[in-house]
Amino acid sequence: MNKRDARVGILFALPWILGFMIFTIYPLLASLFFSFTNYSVLRPPAMVGAANYVDLAHDGVFWKSLSNTFLYAIGAVPLSAVIAIILAMLLNTKVKGMAVYRTIFFLPSLVPMVALATLFLWIFNGDYGLLNVAFKVVHITPPNWLGDPAWTKWTLILITMWGSGQAMIIYLAGLQDVPVSLYEAADLDGATFWSKTKNVTLPMISPVILFNVIMGMIGSFQVFAIPYVMFPDGAPARATYFYTMYLFDNAFKYQRMGYASAMGWVMFLITVILTLAAMKFSERHVHYEGG
Amino acid sequence: MTTQTVAGMWAAAVALVVCATVGEKVVSRQASTDKVTVIYWEKWTGSEAEEMRKVVTAFNHSQDKIFVKYLSISGVDTKTMLATAGGDPPDIAGIWQDQICQFADEGALTDLTDMGKAAGLDTSYYIPGFWDGITFRKRLWALPSTPASIALHVRTDLVPPDVNTPETFPKTIEGLDKLVDRISKKRKDGGLQLAGFLPSDPGWWNWAWSGLFGGKLMDGDKVTINSPEAIRAFEWIDTYGKKFGSKEVQSFQSGFGNFGSPQDPFMDGKVATEINGVWKANYMKVFKPGTPWFAVPIPYPADRPDLAGHTILSQDVLTIPRGAKHVKEAFEFLKYVQRQDVMEGLCTGHGKNSPLMKVSEKFFDNHPNKSIRLFDALARSPKAFSQPKVGIYPQMSSEITVAFQEVTTEQKTPKQALDDCQARVQKIWDTYKAQVAGADK
Repeated sequence: MNKRDARVGILFALPWILGFMIFTIYPLLASLFFSFTNYSVLRPPAMVGAANYVDLAHDGVFWKSLSNTFLYAIGAVPLSAVIAIILAMLLNTKVKGMAVYRTIFFLPSLVPMVALATLFLWIFNGDYGLLNVAFKVVHITPPNWLGDPAWTKWTLILITMWGSGQAMIIYLAGLQDVPVSLYEAADLDGATFWSKTKNVTLPMISPVILFNVIMGMIGSFQVFAIPYVMFPDGAPARATYFYTMYLFDNAFKYQRMGYASAMGWVMFLITVILTLAAMKFSERHVHYEGG
Repeated sequence: MTTQTVAGMWAAAVALVVCATVGEKVVSRQASTDKVTVIYWEKWTGSEAEEMRKVVTAFNHSQDKIFVKYLSISGVDTKTMLATAGGDPPDIAGIWQDQICQFADEGALTDLTDMGKAAGLDTSYYIPGFWDGITFRKRLWALPSTPASIALHVRTDLVPPDVNTPETFPKTIEGLDKLVDRISKKRKDGGLQLAGFLPSDPGWWNWAWSGLFGGKLMDGDKVTINSPEAIRAFEWIDTYGKKFGSKEVQSFQSGFGNFGSPQDPFMDGKVATEINGVWKANYMKVFKPGTPWFAVPIPYPADRPDLAGHTILSQDVLTIPRGAKHVKEAFEFLKYVQRQDVMEGLCTGHGKNSPLMKVSEKFFDNHPNKSIRLFDALARSPKAFSQPKVGIYPQMSSEITVAFQEVTTEQKTPKQALDDCQARVQKIWDTYKAQVAGADK
């Protein structure tokens, strides 16, 4: 590549480079700076050293929101992965009209978050919700999904399954890449369905599983819109008060942008550590073709 | 493609952005180039927004120097804060009274004291409780748009004939409790069918329970959330969980519809009595016309007769954010809204009481709320109270709500919940004071 081509290339890429610098790198660095300040947005930031981080360590609501988020992630990430893999495997079979089925299963993940939250407020309503009416028909005493602190996180985890379509599409793509010859060889050896799934399918799509699990984990740590609409202020008694909700309240309700920035950086570090741990763990369990 | 061609494309893109920015400014002022355009952001939507639009239109027609551009904005408080920080705030922002201290502490509002004095808008012009709500540290920061007082609403058809008038309805908490025991009904499956009263419905004034039992959330500079009065109030609230069953109440309440719908529990006949604001009548007219109801002052503990006739006050307010470009013109509009005829028209449209000391008979006669005289009298009562005037009120309110929910879901005893809440809010208050003091230096 000559110098002129390089110049033209850079000029073409400049809109993206500028956008990335202005809208990603600058806010990222600014938030790192603000995390060491007392900053309300309306007044100039005043340096306070590591005080925001020290305060976080002693903040009961910080720990409560963090533990809520972890519990949600522990429930939602594996369950979403299992559901999405099962759906993808079902939609990978040779059945007439498969394109229609695939569309039907993918469509729910396109529903906007707020509309979804409103819909589930009706389905999970403890008194006359569709789900509890169904339970009552078969004489099972249903829980109060939205009002009982013991059940609210489970409600959210179940709602998360609704959006499994995105992951399902990626798994489906992975499944279609598995060489048919491997299944044919397994058939010749008399392998059962379960044996083929365990020894052929799952190892072959393990890189896809790793990708989806990491993305799902990051997404779970950022859960916001649905609990924000369904459980205002993390009701009841902060049972559904998630990390991002506390961060949002600090930034925009209590005008503690410095504190909120520190929270953002703590979450960033947690995400990086967990991602690295997942990558390390995957070394022995993820199989790359030709690797 | 040559470097010159790419550079040319870049120049064209920059020119387009400049044209769009300048063009927007020109077009937005085109309608009134000879007038000063005042930008007004307001929180209201629907009929409430329309009532204020009428006032804005009338103001725009009443003179030829100022044009108020009225915009209905969601999340007006956050957007005003960010726009102020960015140096491009609206000239007028319609926020809530409980945000004044926080915004004033942050230096986000224009001090209206001198302009108010010059316009004759002082303590004598307003009902004391409402005037108190717009002043902070002896300065005036806002002017009222529409205020409200709160009372106990009673469904005439759901209470026995011996108590179905404002005169015969129980005046005390103890009397209310006896009535609740008489009229509440359970279904065959044990679930609630009718609750005589629920402290958690609608759950908007959890911070006020202490005050309704004679306590204070702040005593001077000290946080007093766990005062004996507050503990007593929360113990009383706890009796309702025990009376009906905490899980039964949760399940019952999850079936309540939105307050702006016919499924509202009071309109739907699921609760016989409910603490609510003067605006409730308007909602009933729209969503369930013909609902039989009356209002009485919120009951008081029998051993505290001095609390008879108490109420909670709240108000929507008009402010001029710091850095507004047309402060003088914005204040002209604020002043116009404070005119007795204009204010009465707006408050009638919103179904609220007037914040002004002087109220015409016409206002009472034309008001859509048949109990407007009661709400007006309650607002004038020396026992009327508002949120504590501290910049941490949003946090304080959230923490008290958490304590309230910890009690109603039987996670903590009233004392435990309030002690924990006290410790947390005191810490937040200490940090806040240090930060505000540090920022003021």
